Amino acid sequence: MSTISTTQAISDSALDKPRTGTWDGGNEPFKASYGKLMMWFFLLSDAFTFAAFLTTYGLIRHRHGVYEGTPEAFKFSTNYWPIPEKVFDAFPGLHGTHLPLGFVALMTMILIFSSVTMVLAVEAGHRFDKKDVQKWLLWTILFGATFLSCQAWEWTHFITGTEEGTLMNDGTVFHGANLAMNQYGPVLFADLFFFITGFHGTHVFSGVCLLVWAFIATTNGTFEKRGHYEMVEKIGLYWHFVDLVWVFVFTFFYLV
Amino acid sequence: MAANLPTQSQVQGGAGVTEPGIAHDEHAHHDEHHEQSFLQKYIFSTDHKVIAKQFLITGILWAIIGGTLSSLFRLQLGWPESTFEWLSPFLGKWIEAGKLNPEFYLALVTMHGTIMVFFVLTAGLSGTFSNFLIPLQIGARDMASGFMNMLSYWFFFLSSVVMFASLFIETGPAAAGWTIYPPLSALPQAIPGSGAGQTLWLVSMALFIVSQLLGGVNYITTVINLRTQGMSMSKLPLTIWAFFLTAILGLLSFPVLFSAALLLIFDRSFGTSFFLSDIYIAGQALPNTGGSPILFQHLFWFLGHPEVYIVIMPAMGMVSEILATNARKPIFGYRAMIGSLLGISLLSFIVWAHHMFVTGMNPFLGSVFMFLTLIIAVPSAVKTFNWLATLWRGNIRFTTAMLFSIGFVSLFIAGGLTGIVLGNAALDIQMHNTYFVVAHFHLVMGSSAFFGLWAGVYHWFPKMFGRMMDEKLGYVHFWLTFLGVYLVFLPMHYVGIAGFPRRYYAWTGFDTFSQFADLNKFISAAAIIAFFAQFVFIFNFFYSIFRGRRATENPWNSTTLEWTTPVVPGHGNWPGAIPAVHRWPYDYSKPGAAEDFIPQHVPYSQTQSSNLPYEKEME
Repeated sequence: MSTISTTQAISDSALDKPRTGTWDGGNEPFKASYGKLMMWFFLLSDAFTFAAFLTTYGLIRHRHGVYEGTPEAFKFSTNYWPIPEKVFDAFPGLHGTHLPLGFVALMTMILIFSSVTMVLAVEAGHRFDKKDVQKWLLWTILFGATFLSCQAWEWTHFITGTEEGTLMNDGTVFHGANLAMNQYGPVLFADLFFFITGFHGTHVFSGVCLLVWAFIATTNGTFEKRGHYEMVEKIGLYWHFVDLVWVFVFTFFYLV
Repeated sequence: MAANLPTQSQVQGGAGVTEPGIAHDEHAHHDEHHEQSFLQKYIFSTDHKVIAKQFLITGILWAIIGGTLSSLFRLQLGWPESTFEWLSPFLGKWIEAGKLNPEFYLALVTMHGTIMVFFVLTAGLSGTFSNFLIPLQIGARDMASGFMNMLSYWFFFLSSVVMFASLFIETGPAAAGWTIYPPLSALPQAIPGSGAGQTLWLVSMALFIVSQLLGGVNYITTVINLRTQGMSMSKLPLTIWAFFLTAILGLLSFPVLFSAALLLIFDRSFGTSFFLSDIYIAGQALPNTGGSPILFQHLFWFLGHPEVYIVIMPAMGMVSEILATNARKPIFGYRAMIGSLLGISLLSFIVWAHHMFVTGMNPFLGSVFMFLTLIIAVPSAVKTFNWLATLWRGNIRFTTAMLFSIGFVSLFIAGGLTGIVLGNAALDIQMHNTYFVVAHFHLVMGSSAFFGLWAGVYHWFPKMFGRMMDEKLGYVHFWLTFLGVYLVFLPMHYVGIAGFPRRYYAWTGFDTFSQFADLNKFISAAAIIAFFAQFVFIFNFFYSIFRGRRATENPWNSTTLEWTTPVVPGHGNWPGAIPAVHRWPYDYSKPGAAEDFIPQHVPYSQTQSSNLPYEKEME
């Protein structure tokens, strides 16, 4: 329906040709398909969600009392924010041993390894090597599921609490934590822990579901028929993002 | 995902342009082959034009509801002593012994704000025109992902159903204001509206945010990847720039509202204390300690401030386009227009705390936010002067869309000036809880955005439905609305300066305010007349869909690509190849040209009489 007739004499004059630069239209300026761009923008958006939660963490922590004694003399109290390595010092099967942040370090390592295997799956996709894609996806799923299981143990331990418990302000002894009570410190420490690690865990869980779906699709040859493994790449972007977010969550809850 | 086939082919075809003015397109006739069922064509459609109409009609329905609610509370404010027994058939138990229930008054205000800001001026405005115009104006066959675009509408629809249902539950809809500040919104025992109504509000908004996200990534990606050959970023119509930046604002600010809503849901339903501390209700101390209600305000306004630009920027873009077209002049300062949109977008993220001057924030922090806020006057003034300069000595055609666009500029100036007043912390603390604020934002963002919406509907109606809207009825609609808006909101500034408080159900208990009884009555009468004037528009809209005068392909002699499509474009927009683009979108009244407009797809070789020296150099 263009008003220019197609029978018009074709001339080589620059006046007839639209420009063809990177940003002149008719191409993909970031050399990325629309699907990949959408994933990037979704992750950007999701980053703001997490940023809001971590800001919430920062502001609420700032409102609470600070423990001022020596680390050795530290005791749980609802009056000040706890020292994280005193809270998270347990390891499954090693009851009674004080291993500050040992278990969470292991969890973190597992998640970082899953990022490595994810990279290998994407790389195998570029080589169009179905077998390798399957292999590395399976490893990533395994590491992801292990991370979730570790988190389940960590939560259970946190909820169950220590044997001695803590004397609360109302005079009762309380063990563990829930959304309204917390033996390790102010109740908001527990609220934020459950909320933010839970929100992150939900992301990991969604990622594992996506990976399982990608594994099935790879096995069925869906991507082979499509001619590319871009879907694996997109899920890979998501997976790396979730890992990166964990680094921040880890820093906020366990290190500082 | 079938919908992306034509667009991909367009991208592939872009590399080998052989004919002047036409991007090679091997799948050009792809879309004509298959017949679609009614369900595919009108209900679960992936065609951006159908989705745009779905957003528009849903938006119109919401606007009628939102307007009705405002008429109801204006009745109460205008005639506080009267009885409204005649309303009880509609409102049932919310009319008690002829009086409007005070709790329900709060619910009316809350729902009016929520509906107008989110459902009408965000979904109804961006949803309609981003969907309709982005592919048509950049030369794409559809959105990047038609399927996600369809999901975006259906999430909005679900969200609408939930919000609509909340109007009818026993404890009434949410009543803590559209800003849902805790602790009021967090405690079901505080007011009836904080019960199930608030839960439904939060669920509805979560669905709404999903819809925004799905729509937003689509708009952004489409503008980046699917522009036709030659359509560089500096040849984009200003509408597209506005929709593009609006989508980015939504993408970055709505997730923060999502965070706030999720935290609030936990406070309400699972016993956490994120926003709660030291609260007594009916003499009972609540167990929650350590949280901060101010934190919620920070999270909320981090969305809430960009949100007002999400509402106004699409209107700015459309008004720029309509003013240039109908003044038959290039838009004045095209690049400055883009720059000011960018400036406004950037600033919108760092001024949120000017909504919170009265929270007792540190005065130094208040000064920082005041400084940043006042800077927004600069890009806003750039835009305003550019619009005025575009009109200056133009060959103006007063179409209905043009009238509404000029009305937009007028309202934006009138409302923007009081923004400078309220941006000052010292003045805001005095005015914050008065009708001055209500008047300010209803002019600068509410009414302006509505005027942009109407201008857009009148202007692009021919492309949407292949028919014209009636101009005479359009004039009636414009003048009643334009006068109505000023008659409502100008007196409101006055009562606001005098200290008349907002959010009050009844002010008759205070002698100080009794002198404003007449003005309140006047405002209410004007508001209700202006509301009923909208039925002229609604009649015109629906009548013209079926009976309007038939439109031509390009009824406004406009330059942009959507007017090169057939009168009613099919799925895929152009039956032949997508036109390539050679020039900017504002070649109106170019000296030496045969006509007073040169469409974007006309190559310079065909316009040698009007080519400028630097364009000639390319020969």
